[in-house]
Amino acid sequence: MLGLVLLVLIGVIVVWAVASYNRLVGLRNQVANGWRQIDVQLKRRHDLIPNLVNAVRGSMDFERDTLTAVMEARAKALTATGPADAAQKEGALTQSLGRLLAVAENYPALKSNDNVKMLQEELSGTENKVGFARQFYNDIATQFNTAQQVFPTNLAAGMLGFKPAELFEITEAADRAVPTVDLSRH
Amino acid sequence: MNLYDQQRSNRRKTWLIMIAFVAFLLLLGAGFDTFYIGAGGGVVPVGSLAALALGSVSAVVSYFSGDRAVLLSSHAQPIAEAAAQASDDEKLKLRQLDNVVDEMAIAAGLPRPPVYIVPDPDPNAFATGRGPGHASIAVTRGLLETLDREQLQGVIAHEMSHIRNYDVRMMTVVAALVGAVALLSDWARRGMWWGGGRRRDRDDRGGGAAGIIFFIVWLAAIVIAPLLAQVLAMMVSRRREYLADASGAELTRNPLGLASALETIDAAVEPTRAINSGTAHLCIADPLGREAHIGGGGWSGLFASHPPMADRIAALRAMAYQGSR
Repeated sequence: MLGLVLLVLIGVIVVWAVASYNRLVGLRNQVANGWRQIDVQLKRRHDLIPNLVNAVRGSMDFERDTLTAVMEARAKALTATGPADAAQKEGALTQSLGRLLAVAENYPALKSNDNVKMLQEELSGTENKVGFARQFYNDIATQFNTAQQVFPTNLAAGMLGFKPAELFEITEAADRAVPTVDLSRH
Repeated sequence: MNLYDQQRSNRRKTWLIMIAFVAFLLLLGAGFDTFYIGAGGGVVPVGSLAALALGSVSAVVSYFSGDRAVLLSSHAQPIAEAAAQASDDEKLKLRQLDNVVDEMAIAAGLPRPPVYIVPDPDPNAFATGRGPGHASIAVTRGLLETLDREQLQGVIAHEMSHIRNYDVRMMTVVAALVGAVALLSDWARRGMWWGGGRRRDRDDRGGGAAGIIFFIVWLAAIVIAPLLAQVLAMMVSRRREYLADASGAELTRNPLGLASALETIDAAVEPTRAINSGTAHLCIADPLGREAHIGGGGWSGLFASHPPMADRIAALRAMAYQGSR
Protein backbone atom coordinates (compact mmCIF):
# COMPACT_ATOMS: atom_id res chain seq x y z
CA MET A 1 0.00 0.00 0.00
CA LEU A 2 2.73 2.44 1.01
CA GLY A 3 4.62 1.48 -2.12
CA LEU A 4 1.60 2.32 -4.28
CA VAL A 5 1.17 5.72 -2.63
CA LEU A 6 4.84 6.48 -3.18
CA LEU A 7 4.59 5.40 -6.81
CA VAL A 8 1.60 7.68 -7.42
CA LEU A 9 3.37 10.55 -5.68
CA ILE A 10 6.48 10.11 -7.82
CA GLY A 11 4.31 9.88 -10.93
CA VAL A 12 2.57 13.15 -10.08
CA ILE A 13 5.89 14.90 -9.47
CA VAL A 14 7.34 13.64 -12.76
CA VAL A 15 4.27 14.77 -14.74
CA TRP A 16 4.42 18.18 -13.06
CA ALA A 17 8.15 18.54 -13.75
CA VAL A 18 7.77 17.63 -17.42
CA ALA A 19 4.79 19.95 -17.87
CA SER A 20 6.47 22.95 -16.24
CA TYR A 21 9.73 22.30 -18.09
CA ASN A 22 7.90 22.26 -21.43
CA ARG A 23 5.96 25.37 -20.53
CA LEU A 24 9.16 27.21 -19.66
CA VAL A 25 10.87 26.09 -22.88
CA GLY A 26 7.86 27.28 -24.90
CA LEU A 27 7.94 30.66 -23.19
CA ARG A 28 11.71 30.97 -23.61
CA ASN A 29 11.35 30.44 -27.36
CA GLN A 30 8.57 33.01 -27.53
CA VAL A 31 10.80 35.48 -25.70
CA ALA A 32 13.63 34.85 -28.19
CA ASN A 33 11.21 35.26 -31.07
CA GLY A 34 9.85 38.48 -29.58
CA TRP A 35 13.38 39.84 -29.41
CA ARG A 36 14.01 38.99 -33.08
CA GLN A 37 10.74 40.71 -34.02
CA ILE A 38 12.13 43.96 -32.64
CA ASP A 39 15.18 43.57 -34.90
CA VAL A 40 12.96 42.89 -37.91
CA GLN A 41 11.06 46.12 -37.31
CA LEU A 42 14.23 48.13 -36.70
CA LYS A 43 15.63 46.88 -40.01
CA ARG A 44 12.45 47.98 -41.79
CA ARG A 45 12.91 51.42 -40.34
CA HIS A 46 16.54 51.64 -41.48
CA ASP A 47 15.47 50.70 -45.02
CA LEU A 48 12.73 53.30 -45.09
CA ILE A 49 14.70 56.35 -43.96
CA PRO A 50 16.70 57.07 -47.19
CA ASN A 51 13.40 57.18 -49.12
CA LEU A 52 11.90 59.64 -46.70
CA VAL A 53 14.92 61.92 -46.68
CA ASN A 54 15.04 61.94 -50.49
CA ALA A 55 11.35 62.77 -50.74
CA VAL A 56 11.58 65.82 -48.51
CA ARG A 57 15.08 67.01 -49.49
CA GLY A 58 13.92 69.28 -52.30
CA SER A 59 11.32 71.18 -50.30
CA MET A 60 13.34 71.42 -47.10
CA ASP A 61 16.67 72.50 -48.48
CA PHE A 62 17.54 74.90 -45.70
CA GLU A 63 16.73 72.33 -43.00
CA ARG A 64 19.88 70.50 -44.02
CA ASP A 65 20.95 70.06 -40.39
CA THR A 66 17.83 68.14 -39.51
CA LEU A 67 18.22 65.87 -42.52
CA THR A 68 21.89 65.13 -41.94
CA ALA A 69 21.15 64.45 -38.27
CA VAL A 70 18.68 61.75 -39.34
CA MET A 71 21.10 60.17 -41.80
CA GLU A 72 23.92 60.24 -39.26
CA ALA A 73 21.75 58.69 -36.57
CA ARG A 74 20.75 55.98 -39.02
CA ALA A 75 24.37 55.25 -39.95
CA LYS A 76 25.25 54.97 -36.26
CA ALA A 77 22.28 52.70 -35.56
CA LEU A 78 23.42 50.35 -38.35
CA THR A 79 26.76 49.82 -36.59
CA ALA A 80 25.28 49.17 -33.15
CA THR A 81 26.61 46.16 -31.27
CA GLY A 82 24.69 44.47 -28.45
CA PRO A 83 21.25 45.30 -27.00
CA ALA A 84 22.33 48.15 -24.72
CA ASP A 85 24.25 49.95 -27.47
CA ALA A 86 21.42 49.37 -29.96
CA ALA A 87 18.84 50.71 -27.52
CA GLN A 88 20.82 53.91 -27.09
CA LYS A 89 21.48 54.48 -30.82
CA GLU A 90 17.96 53.56 -31.92
CA GLY A 91 16.68 55.97 -29.30
CA ALA A 92 18.77 58.75 -30.85
CA LEU A 93 17.39 57.83 -34.29
CA THR A 94 13.82 57.95 -32.99
CA GLN A 95 14.44 61.43 -31.63
CA SER A 96 15.95 62.78 -34.84
CA LEU A 97 13.05 61.33 -36.85
CA GLY A 98 10.57 62.94 -34.49
CA ARG A 99 12.27 66.28 -35.05
CA LEU A 100 12.14 65.80 -38.83
CA LEU A 101 8.42 65.04 -38.77
CA ALA A 102 7.78 68.04 -36.53
CA VAL A 103 9.74 70.37 -38.83
CA ALA A 104 8.00 68.95 -41.92
CA GLU A 105 4.70 70.16 -40.44
CA ASN A 106 5.83 73.73 -41.20
CA TYR A 107 5.95 73.14 -44.96
CA PRO A 108 2.52 73.29 -46.61
CA ALA A 109 3.98 71.99 -49.88
CA LEU A 110 5.15 68.89 -48.06
CA LYS A 111 1.94 68.41 -46.15
CA SER A 112 -0.13 68.33 -49.35
CA ASN A 113 2.30 66.12 -51.27
CA ASP A 114 0.74 62.67 -51.55
CA ASN A 115 4.06 60.86 -51.73
CA VAL A 116 5.28 62.57 -48.60
CA LYS A 117 2.01 61.84 -46.82
CA MET A 118 2.35 58.20 -47.72
CA LEU A 119 5.93 58.16 -46.47
CA GLN A 120 4.92 59.85 -43.23
CA GLU A 121 2.28 57.19 -42.75
CA GLU A 122 4.90 54.51 -43.41
CA LEU A 123 7.22 56.13 -40.94
CA SER A 124 4.69 56.49 -38.12
CA GLY A 125 3.58 52.92 -38.89
CA THR A 126 7.16 51.72 -38.55
CA GLU A 127 7.69 53.69 -35.34
CA ASN A 128 4.55 52.08 -33.94
CA LYS A 129 5.63 48.62 -35.06
CA VAL A 130 8.96 49.03 -33.28
CA GLY A 131 7.09 50.17 -30.18
CA PHE A 132 4.56 47.34 -30.27
CA ALA A 133 7.27 44.74 -30.94
CA ARG A 134 8.99 45.98 -27.77
CA GLN A 135 5.72 45.94 -25.87
CA PHE A 136 5.06 42.35 -26.94
CA TYR A 137 8.60 41.36 -25.99
CA ASN A 138 8.15 42.87 -22.53
CA ASP A 139 4.75 41.20 -22.09
CA ILE A 140 6.03 37.77 -22.99
CA ALA A 141 9.28 38.23 -21.02
CA THR A 142 7.21 39.19 -17.96
CA GLN A 143 5.11 36.06 -18.43
CA PHE A 144 8.29 33.97 -18.70
CA ASN A 145 9.76 35.54 -15.55
CA THR A 146 6.52 35.12 -13.61
CA ALA A 147 6.33 31.46 -14.65
CA GLN A 148 9.82 30.95 -13.22
CA GLN A 149 9.16 32.80 -9.99
CA VAL A 150 5.82 31.31 -8.90
CA PHE A 151 5.82 28.55 -6.31
CA PRO A 152 6.62 25.69 -6.76
CA THR A 153 8.22 26.15 -10.19
CA ASN A 154 10.77 28.51 -8.65
CA LEU A 155 12.30 25.51 -6.83
CA ALA A 156 13.17 23.83 -10.12
CA ALA A 157 13.57 26.66 -12.66
CA GLY A 158 17.14 27.48 -11.58
CA MET A 159 18.20 23.84 -11.55
CA LEU A 160 16.81 23.33 -15.07
CA GLY A 161 18.94 26.20 -16.31
CA PHE A 162 16.33 28.93 -16.80
CA LYS A 163 17.33 32.54 -16.25
CA PRO A 164 14.96 35.50 -16.04
CA ALA A 165 14.69 37.47 -19.30
CA GLU A 166 15.78 41.08 -19.32
CA LEU A 167 13.04 43.63 -19.92
CA PHE A 168 13.41 46.32 -22.52
CA GLU A 169 13.73 49.68 -20.81
CA ILE A 170 14.18 53.26 -21.86
CA THR A 171 17.86 53.97 -21.39
CA GLU A 172 17.84 57.74 -21.62
CA ALA A 173 16.70 59.42 -18.45
CA ALA A 174 15.47 62.30 -20.62
CA ASP A 175 13.02 60.00 -22.43
CA ARG A 176 11.47 58.93 -19.19
CA ALA A 177 11.13 62.38 -17.67
CA VAL A 178 7.61 63.71 -17.95
CA PRO A 179 7.62 67.02 -19.79
CA THR A 180 6.66 69.85 -17.49
CA VAL A 181 3.84 72.00 -18.75
CA ASP A 182 3.62 75.51 -17.44
CA LEU A 183 0.07 76.80 -17.66
CA SER A 184 0.64 80.01 -15.68
CA ARG A 185 1.93 82.04 -18.61
CA HIS A 186 -0.06 82.84 -21.68
CA MET B 1 -10.98 48.35 -12.24
CA ASN B 2 -7.83 48.38 -14.39
CA LEU B 3 -7.80 46.47 -17.66
CA TYR B 4 -6.38 43.26 -16.19
CA ASP B 5 -9.09 43.19 -13.48
CA GLN B 6 -11.73 43.81 -16.13
CA GLN B 7 -10.39 40.97 -18.27
CA ARG B 8 -10.42 38.58 -15.32
CA SER B 9 -13.90 39.55 -14.22
CA ASN B 10 -15.30 39.20 -17.76
CA ARG B 11 -13.73 35.78 -18.23
CA ARG B 12 -15.14 34.62 -14.88
CA LYS B 13 -18.63 35.91 -15.70
CA THR B 14 -18.56 34.24 -19.13
CA TRP B 15 -17.94 30.90 -17.45
CA LEU B 16 -20.65 31.47 -14.85
CA ILE B 17 -23.18 32.16 -17.60
CA MET B 18 -22.02 29.11 -19.54
CA ILE B 19 -22.41 26.90 -16.47
CA ALA B 20 -25.91 28.27 -15.91
CA PHE B 21 -26.68 27.58 -19.57
CA VAL B 22 -25.55 23.95 -19.39
CA ALA B 23 -27.45 23.47 -16.11
CA PHE B 24 -30.58 24.83 -17.78
CA LEU B 25 -30.18 22.42 -20.71
CA LEU B 26 -29.72 19.52 -18.27
CA LEU B 27 -32.85 20.52 -16.32
CA LEU B 28 -34.91 20.58 -19.52
CA GLY B 29 -33.40 17.26 -20.59
CA ALA B 30 -34.01 15.63 -17.20
CA GLY B 31 -37.70 16.51 -17.41
CA PHE B 32 -37.85 15.29 -20.99
CA ASP B 33 -36.29 11.96 -20.02
CA THR B 34 -38.63 11.53 -17.05
CA PHE B 35 -41.87 12.34 -18.81
CA TYR B 36 -41.29 10.89 -22.26
CA ILE B 37 -38.60 8.25 -22.13
CA GLY B 38 -39.35 7.01 -18.63
CA ALA B 39 -37.03 4.88 -16.55
CA GLY B 40 -35.12 3.92 -19.71
CA GLY B 41 -33.31 7.23 -19.43
CA GLY B 42 -31.57 6.30 -16.20
CA VAL B 43 -28.44 8.23 -15.32
CA VAL B 44 -27.57 9.12 -18.92
CA PRO B 45 -29.30 12.38 -19.97
CA VAL B 46 -30.57 10.95 -23.27
CA GLY B 47 -32.76 13.90 -24.22
CA SER B 48 -30.10 16.53 -23.52
CA LEU B 49 -27.43 14.63 -25.39
CA ALA B 50 -29.61 13.99 -28.42
CA ALA B 51 -30.67 17.63 -28.58
CA LEU B 52 -27.08 18.83 -28.11
CA ALA B 53 -25.82 16.51 -30.85
CA LEU B 54 -28.41 17.77 -33.30
CA GLY B 55 -27.97 21.38 -32.20
CA SER B 56 -24.22 21.11 -32.74
CA VAL B 57 -24.46 20.04 -36.37
CA SER B 58 -25.39 23.40 -37.83
CA ALA B 59 -23.14 25.22 -35.37
CA VAL B 60 -20.12 23.14 -36.40
CA VAL B 61 -20.88 23.60 -40.09
CA SER B 62 -20.97 27.36 -39.66
CA TYR B 63 -17.81 27.16 -37.54
CA PHE B 64 -15.82 25.76 -40.44
CA SER B 65 -17.36 27.62 -43.34
CA GLY B 66 -18.97 30.62 -41.65
CA ASP B 67 -16.18 33.10 -42.35
CA ARG B 68 -16.42 32.67 -46.10
CA ALA B 69 -20.20 32.95 -46.02
CA VAL B 70 -20.06 36.09 -43.89
CA LEU B 71 -17.49 37.79 -46.11
CA LEU B 72 -19.45 36.83 -49.20
CA SER B 73 -22.78 38.07 -47.90
CA SER B 74 -21.32 41.43 -46.87
CA HIS B 75 -19.70 41.86 -50.34
CA ALA B 76 -16.32 42.29 -48.67
CA GLN B 77 -13.36 43.03 -50.94
CA PRO B 78 -9.72 42.14 -50.16
CA ILE B 79 -7.74 45.25 -49.26
CA ALA B 80 -5.24 44.81 -52.12
CA GLU B 81 -8.13 44.78 -54.60
CA ALA B 82 -9.67 47.85 -53.01
CA ALA B 83 -6.31 49.68 -53.10
CA ALA B 84 -5.89 48.95 -56.82
CA GLN B 85 -9.09 50.83 -57.62
CA ALA B 86 -8.69 53.61 -55.07
CA SER B 87 -7.92 57.29 -55.52
CA ASP B 88 -4.76 58.72 -53.94
CA ASP B 89 -6.61 59.89 -50.84
CA GLU B 90 -8.20 56.51 -50.34
CA LYS B 91 -4.89 54.78 -50.95
CA LEU B 92 -3.45 56.64 -48.00
CA LYS B 93 -6.34 55.54 -45.79
CA LEU B 94 -6.02 51.93 -46.94
CA ARG B 95 -2.28 51.97 -46.35
CA GLN B 96 -2.99 53.31 -42.86
CA LEU B 97 -5.42 50.46 -42.20
CA ASP B 98 -2.87 47.96 -43.48
CA ASN B 99 -0.22 49.36 -41.14
CA VAL B 100 -2.57 49.47 -38.16
CA VAL B 101 -3.50 45.80 -38.65
CA ASP B 102 0.22 44.95 -38.83
CA GLU B 103 0.85 46.91 -35.64
CA MET B 104 -1.93 45.17 -33.72
CA ALA B 105 -0.87 41.73 -34.97
CA ILE B 106 2.64 42.48 -33.67
CA ALA B 107 1.28 43.73 -30.34
CA ALA B 108 -0.83 40.59 -29.95
CA GLY B 109 1.93 38.27 -31.20
CA LEU B 110 -0.48 36.73 -33.73
CA PRO B 111 -0.16 36.01 -37.45
CA ARG B 112 -1.52 38.90 -39.47
CA PRO B 113 -5.12 38.23 -40.57
CA PRO B 114 -6.25 39.15 -44.11
CA VAL B 115 -8.12 42.46 -44.26
CA TYR B 116 -11.32 43.16 -46.18
CA ILE B 117 -13.25 46.31 -47.05
CA VAL B 118 -17.06 46.28 -46.87
CA PRO B 119 -18.76 48.80 -49.17
CA ASP B 120 -21.10 50.36 -46.60
CA PRO B 121 -21.21 54.01 -45.53
CA ASP B 122 -21.98 53.20 -41.87
CA PRO B 123 -18.89 52.92 -39.64
CA ASN B 124 -18.53 49.34 -38.40
CA ALA B 125 -16.03 46.47 -38.37
CA PHE B 126 -16.04 42.75 -37.66
CA ALA B 127 -13.74 39.79 -37.23
CA THR B 128 -14.58 36.31 -38.46
CA GLY B 129 -12.93 32.90 -38.63
CA ARG B 130 -11.95 30.25 -36.11
CA GLY B 131 -9.10 31.87 -34.20
CA PRO B 132 -5.48 32.93 -34.67
CA GLY B 133 -4.22 31.85 -38.09
CA HIS B 134 -7.73 31.25 -39.47
CA ALA B 135 -9.35 34.65 -39.16
CA SER B 136 -10.12 37.76 -41.16
CA ILE B 137 -10.91 41.34 -40.23
CA ALA B 138 -13.33 43.45 -42.25
CA VAL B 139 -14.02 47.18 -41.93
CA THR B 140 -16.60 49.29 -43.71
CA ARG B 141 -15.72 52.21 -45.96
CA GLY B 142 -17.61 54.46 -43.57
CA LEU B 143 -15.28 53.47 -40.74
CA LEU B 144 -12.18 54.30 -42.80
CA GLU B 145 -13.60 57.67 -43.73
CA THR B 146 -14.75 58.79 -40.27
CA LEU B 147 -12.01 57.58 -37.93
CA ASP B 148 -8.52 58.96 -37.48
CA ARG B 149 -5.47 56.75 -37.03
CA GLU B 150 -5.66 56.51 -33.25
CA GLN B 151 -9.36 55.59 -33.29
CA LEU B 152 -8.83 53.07 -36.08
CA GLN B 153 -6.11 51.44 -34.01
CA GLY B 154 -8.55 51.05 -31.10
CA VAL B 155 -11.16 49.40 -33.33
CA ILE B 156 -8.66 46.99 -34.92
CA ALA B 157 -7.33 46.13 -31.45
CA HIS B 158 -10.90 45.25 -30.40
CA GLU B 159 -11.34 42.96 -33.43
CA MET B 160 -7.88 41.42 -32.94
CA SER B 161 -8.94 40.63 -29.38
CA HIS B 162 -12.07 38.82 -30.60
CA ILE B 163 -9.66 36.62 -32.58
CA ARG B 164 -7.16 36.21 -29.75
CA ASN B 165 -9.88 35.35 -27.22
CA TYR B 166 -11.37 32.67 -29.52
CA ASP B 167 -14.74 34.41 -29.41
CA VAL B 168 -15.88 32.75 -32.63
CA ARG B 169 -15.41 29.39 -30.96
CA MET B 170 -17.17 30.61 -27.82
CA MET B 171 -20.17 31.85 -29.78
CA THR B 172 -20.26 28.58 -31.75
CA VAL B 173 -20.64 26.66 -28.51
CA VAL B 174 -23.33 29.10 -27.44
CA ALA B 175 -25.14 28.66 -30.76
CA ALA B 176 -25.06 24.87 -30.29
CA LEU B 177 -26.57 25.28 -26.81
CA VAL B 178 -29.29 27.61 -28.07
CA GLY B 179 -30.08 25.13 -30.82
CA ALA B 180 -30.25 22.23 -28.35
CA VAL B 181 -32.62 24.10 -26.02
CA ALA B 182 -34.86 25.06 -28.93
CA LEU B 183 -34.97 21.45 -30.15
CA LEU B 184 -35.81 20.06 -26.71
CA SER B 185 -38.57 22.59 -26.27
CA ASP B 186 -39.91 21.77 -29.73
CA TRP B 187 -39.86 18.02 -29.11
CA ALA B 188 -41.57 18.42 -25.75
CA ARG B 189 -44.38 20.50 -27.22
CA ARG B 190 -44.95 18.03 -30.05
CA GLY B 191 -44.78 15.20 -27.50
CA MET B 192 -47.64 16.68 -25.54
CA TRP B 193 -49.98 16.12 -28.48
CA TRP B 194 -49.50 12.40 -28.70
CA GLY B 195 -47.61 11.52 -25.54
CA GLY B 196 -50.32 12.35 -22.99
CA GLY B 197 -51.30 8.75 -22.32
CA ARG B 198 -47.86 7.65 -21.37
CA ARG B 199 -47.56 10.53 -18.98
CA ARG B 200 -50.68 9.40 -17.12
CA ASP B 201 -48.97 6.02 -16.64
CA ARG B 202 -46.07 7.67 -14.97
CA ASP B 203 -48.28 9.68 -12.63
CA ASP B 204 -49.82 6.41 -11.43
CA ARG B 205 -46.44 5.04 -10.61
CA GLY B 206 -46.07 7.84 -8.07
CA GLY B 207 -43.61 10.62 -7.64
CA GLY B 208 -46.23 12.36 -5.58
CA ALA B 209 -46.30 16.08 -4.89
CA ALA B 210 -42.61 16.57 -5.66
CA GLY B 211 -43.13 14.97 -9.07
CA ILE B 212 -46.06 17.24 -9.85
CA ILE B 213 -44.19 20.35 -8.79
CA PHE B 214 -41.23 19.33 -10.94
CA PHE B 215 -43.60 18.74 -13.85
CA ILE B 216 -45.13 22.20 -13.50
CA VAL B 217 -41.74 23.89 -13.21
CA TRP B 218 -40.51 21.94 -16.20
CA LEU B 219 -43.61 22.80 -18.23
CA ALA B 220 -43.06 26.49 -17.53
CA ALA B 221 -39.36 26.14 -18.36
CA ILE B 222 -40.14 24.44 -21.69
CA VAL B 223 -42.45 27.25 -22.69
CA ILE B 224 -39.98 30.06 -22.02
CA ALA B 225 -36.89 27.99 -22.93
CA PRO B 226 -36.15 29.39 -26.41
CA LEU B 227 -36.53 32.94 -25.13
CA LEU B 228 -34.37 32.30 -22.08
CA ALA B 229 -31.69 30.62 -24.21
CA GLN B 230 -31.55 33.72 -26.39
CA VAL B 231 -31.19 35.95 -23.32
CA LEU B 232 -28.34 33.79 -21.99
CA ALA B 233 -26.60 33.81 -25.39
CA MET B 234 -26.74 37.58 -25.54
CA MET B 235 -25.40 37.81 -21.98
CA VAL B 236 -22.34 35.85 -23.15
CA SER B 237 -22.03 38.07 -26.22
CA ARG B 238 -22.09 41.27 -24.12
CA ARG B 239 -19.44 39.87 -21.75
CA ARG B 240 -17.20 39.08 -24.72
CA GLU B 241 -17.63 42.65 -25.98
CA TYR B 242 -16.45 44.09 -22.66
CA LEU B 243 -13.59 41.57 -22.72
CA ALA B 244 -12.58 42.53 -26.27
CA ASP B 245 -12.61 46.20 -25.23
CA ALA B 246 -10.36 45.45 -22.26
CA SER B 247 -8.00 43.19 -24.26
CA GLY B 248 -7.93 45.77 -27.04
CA ALA B 249 -6.83 48.37 -24.51
CA GLU B 250 -4.06 46.00 -23.45
CA LEU B 251 -2.79 45.89 -27.04
CA THR B 252 -2.80 49.63 -27.70
CA ARG B 253 -2.25 50.71 -24.06
CA ASN B 254 -4.55 53.52 -25.08
CA PRO B 255 -8.14 52.89 -23.94
CA LEU B 256 -9.10 56.45 -24.84
CA GLY B 257 -8.45 55.78 -28.54
CA LEU B 258 -11.15 53.11 -28.61
CA ALA B 259 -13.40 55.20 -26.35
CA SER B 260 -13.36 58.11 -28.78
CA ALA B 261 -13.85 55.73 -31.73
CA LEU B 262 -16.95 54.34 -30.02
CA GLU B 263 -18.28 57.86 -29.54
CA THR B 264 -17.83 58.57 -33.24
CA ILE B 265 -19.42 55.27 -34.27
CA ASP B 266 -22.31 55.84 -31.89
CA ALA B 267 -22.97 59.23 -33.45
CA ALA B 268 -23.70 57.51 -36.78
CA VAL B 269 -27.31 56.45 -36.28
CA GLU B 270 -27.70 54.47 -39.49
CA PRO B 271 -27.78 50.68 -39.28
CA THR B 272 -25.03 48.80 -41.17
CA ARG B 273 -27.07 47.16 -43.90
CA ALA B 274 -24.26 45.14 -45.48
CA ILE B 275 -23.66 43.17 -42.28
CA ASN B 276 -26.04 40.37 -41.46
CA SER B 277 -27.32 40.45 -37.88
CA GLY B 278 -26.02 36.88 -37.44
CA THR B 279 -22.51 38.35 -37.32
CA ALA B 280 -23.49 41.00 -34.77
CA HIS B 281 -21.54 39.45 -31.90
CA LEU B 282 -18.23 39.97 -33.73
CA CYS B 283 -18.82 43.58 -34.75
CA ILE B 284 -17.40 46.62 -33.02
CA ALA B 285 -20.94 48.01 -32.72
CA ASP B 286 -24.37 46.43 -33.14
CA PRO B 287 -25.08 46.54 -36.90
CA LEU B 288 -28.73 47.28 -36.10
CA GLY B 289 -27.53 50.70 -35.04
CA ARG B 290 -28.80 52.77 -32.19
CA GLU B 291 -32.41 51.83 -32.82
CA ALA B 292 -31.63 48.58 -31.05
CA HIS B 293 -30.77 50.36 -27.83
CA ILE B 294 -32.82 53.51 -27.70
CA GLY B 295 -36.45 53.61 -26.79
CA GLY B 296 -36.96 50.04 -25.65
CA GLY B 297 -35.82 50.70 -22.10
CA GLY B 298 -34.62 47.95 -19.78
CA TRP B 299 -36.16 44.98 -21.55
CA SER B 300 -34.70 45.57 -25.01
CA GLY B 301 -31.24 45.45 -23.40
CA LEU B 302 -31.77 41.76 -22.62
CA PHE B 303 -31.66 40.86 -26.31
CA ALA B 304 -28.85 43.21 -27.33
CA SER B 305 -25.65 41.64 -28.64
CA HIS B 306 -23.64 44.63 -27.39
CA PRO B 307 -23.66 46.46 -24.07
CA PRO B 308 -24.89 50.07 -24.15
CA MET B 309 -22.24 52.32 -25.73
CA ALA B 310 -22.23 54.64 -22.72
CA ASP B 311 -21.30 51.74 -20.41
CA ARG B 312 -18.50 50.56 -22.69
CA ILE B 313 -17.07 54.05 -22.97
CA ALA B 314 -17.26 54.49 -19.19
CA ALA B 315 -15.41 51.18 -18.64
CA LEU B 316 -12.67 52.25 -21.08
CA ARG B 317 -12.33 55.63 -19.39
CA ALA B 318 -12.02 53.90 -16.02
CA MET B 319 -9.13 51.83 -17.43
CA ALA B 320 -7.36 54.96 -18.64
CA TYR B 321 -7.73 56.53 -15.21
CA GLN B 322 -6.44 53.42 -13.43
CA GLY B 323 -3.59 53.04 -15.89
CA SER B 324 -2.23 56.51 -15.27
CA ARG B 325 -1.97 56.12 -11.52
